[in-house]
Amino acid sequence: MEISATKPTGIVGKMLWAILAIIGAACLAVIALRRGEPVNAIWLVAASIAVFMIAYRFYGRFIERYVLQMDPSRAPPSVLRNDGLDYVPTDKWVVFGHHFAAIAGAGPLVGPVLAAQMGYLPGTLWILFGVVFAGAVQDFMILGLSVRRDARSLGHMLREELGPLAGVVAMFGLLALMMIVLAVLALVVVKALTHSPWGTFSVACTIPIALLMGVYLRWLRPGRILEISLLGLVLLLSSIAYGAHVATTPALAAIFDFDAKSLAWLLIGYGFFASVLPVWLLLAPRDYLSTFLKIGTIALLAIAILFSAPQLQMPAVSKFIDGTGPVFQGQLFPFLFITIACGAVSGWHSIIASGTTPKLLSNEGEARMVGYGGMLMEAFVAVMALIAASSLHPGVYFSMNAPTALIGNTVEHAASVISQWGFVVTPDELSRTAHDIGETSILSRAGGAPTLAVGMAQLLHNILPGERMTAFWYHYAILFEALFILTTVDAGTRVGRFMIQEIAGLVHEPLKSTESWIGNVLATSICVALWGYFLYQGAVDPLGGINTLWPLFGIANQMLAAIALMLATVVTVKLKRERYVWVPGIPAIWLVVCTLTAGWEKLSGPISFTVAAQTYTQAMQGGTLMAPAKNMAQMQQIITNNSVDATLTALFMLLVLTMCGFSIYAVIQAWRSRYPTAHEAPRVALDSAMAQRS
Amino acid sequence: MNKTLSLFWHRLVQTARLSCGIPDYDVYVAHLRTHHPERKVPSYAEFFRERQTARYKGTGGRCC
Repeated sequence: MEISATKPTGIVGKMLWAILAIIGAACLAVIALRRGEPVNAIWLVAASIAVFMIAYRFYGRFIERYVLQMDPSRAPPSVLRNDGLDYVPTDKWVVFGHHFAAIAGAGPLVGPVLAAQMGYLPGTLWILFGVVFAGAVQDFMILGLSVRRDARSLGHMLREELGPLAGVVAMFGLLALMMIVLAVLALVVVKALTHSPWGTFSVACTIPIALLMGVYLRWLRPGRILEISLLGLVLLLSSIAYGAHVATTPALAAIFDFDAKSLAWLLIGYGFFASVLPVWLLLAPRDYLSTFLKIGTIALLAIAILFSAPQLQMPAVSKFIDGTGPVFQGQLFPFLFITIACGAVSGWHSIIASGTTPKLLSNEGEARMVGYGGMLMEAFVAVMALIAASSLHPGVYFSMNAPTALIGNTVEHAASVISQWGFVVTPDELSRTAHDIGETSILSRAGGAPTLAVGMAQLLHNILPGERMTAFWYHYAILFEALFILTTVDAGTRVGRFMIQEIAGLVHEPLKSTESWIGNVLATSICVALWGYFLYQGAVDPLGGINTLWPLFGIANQMLAAIALMLATVVTVKLKRERYVWVPGIPAIWLVVCTLTAGWEKLSGPISFTVAAQTYTQAMQGGTLMAPAKNMAQMQQIITNNSVDATLTALFMLLVLTMCGFSIYAVIQAWRSRYPTAHEAPRVALDSAMAQRS
Repeated sequence: MNKTLSLFWHRLVQTARLSCGIPDYDVYVAHLRTHHPERKVPSYAEFFRERQTARYKGTGGRCC
């Protein structure tokens, strides 16, 4: 059996690592220190690869050996509980591929694009250092802990190690996070498809395509995923090509031309039906398509960046680090660390690292590659998204991401405002970009997806030139993100529904039954209403919605990461490895500080929800209308939305503080104890387990 | 060379299927034959349907 035990490095090996370290440092120096002239993106790619390799080899191995003390001779759950289905010892590359496909999503593509408003340097540094010291540590440690605990889930481990109450608190936090994730992702789709008949048409086509695939997989040739996915892909690409015809034919375009409000309602209705219908009909086939398309698109993006080697046009550090940025408000600290969540550190991954992955790992010695390595790959995706956004003309970037309230509705006005910010751009350039991508306007398409799509379209156009190709690639990228996000919305609504039923079951036992039709529809309705409320609020928000909702999402996601890292800290102490408590402890403290500071600034102070609500309340009492509200009902709406957001922020902060309390208590108890108190499953030697099984 | 290629292809298919929540059918059949010879071996279609439903039974499984 091949075991990735650690061999001592020879003199040649040491020299190679030293050379790699010097190359990495040189690349980092170029991107950080060169001023005045544009930097090529390849420097950034090289620096990232060097940093990731060194981190994987040294810090990853340090955690493996000393903190988690992974033991290749110990039998993992896949061997001990092998059932041929969920628990199966699997080849490490297969596990790695599966794990990466599960953790990579729209998150690492959106956050870095939004953060590009501060320049490419702050985002790059946070992604690189965040992933090495926080994100990958979290994924790896949670995976390691789960493997030692019969592949238990995060919730289960929290209940065991921190107490039952902590488990319940975390469950509520998870549900709230879920709702915000679904709302903010759905909003990204709404922003991308508003008044875009081409995009809306091709996204709408995915529904009949998925239905066809579902029927094929169920009855015609059951389980032949590959062939039908290929057919689905061909149909998708044809729908994009035909979309150009739809967009230019006024009668057809009118059918697929929607404003943000109608799109939000359509998505809410769609989310409800997709999660109530049998999974094989719509949800599963769409899931297959989006999984393959996602991996393919990430590969395509990598190829596009490597071959076109673009110059970064965004400045290294823009003036918007002072908190006055148009894309999102708030200063570098803490808002950069909230905006780039997935890609640097994402709490969501702790669910996957304690889900299917630990049930597949065939050896503890492979946990570093899957957990730590998988997250480094995701960070690389984030770096590529940042490159795509930063290689755009900054004027184009800001016109796409700044809200209408700031830049207005016309290219002339937008160009003059953005030029005043110091990013000189002509109205003509903005119109030409819109024309190139086959849209009528690019203004205020916040949310990351459209910006990334334009960036990607331009990169691909560099290596595959051709008339109308930019428009095709733009709509391809939009379709990819929309397809992916809609799958998350369907699946997330289902998961949310089960969570709601579980919570309802705490109150009234029968509600827990997932087979009951009434319970199903009731819980689904509650779930859709919860995220639908925030989606609708975002869709009608004059400031663009992303502006308001993305910080809430970031706070929630980092809150979950903080909880996962606190669990890792507690267990490290419980295992009596106190000298390594800083490994998960410092990132945990950093995330707690970031979420609490960001939360506090959103609760009180100039950029807070509370102040916004107060301003509008005072205006309303005085009987005056405040832009962008056009009547008193809208004024009331804005006040209510801000109050809800403020309450939710307070709730998240309370949650973080409560979990901190539980963790500190557990750490003190464990520190005082003279022997290890962690709930590890007893050790079984791999050899004897294998001998028994065969 | 041919053997390596076929192994590579097998692993690729396995990864792709697993990413969609469908574990390796052959492994399951082998498992049933060794450990539960009394149980009926499901056809690939039956196996596929059962796994498809099981995937969306709760627990997360994907990131944002």
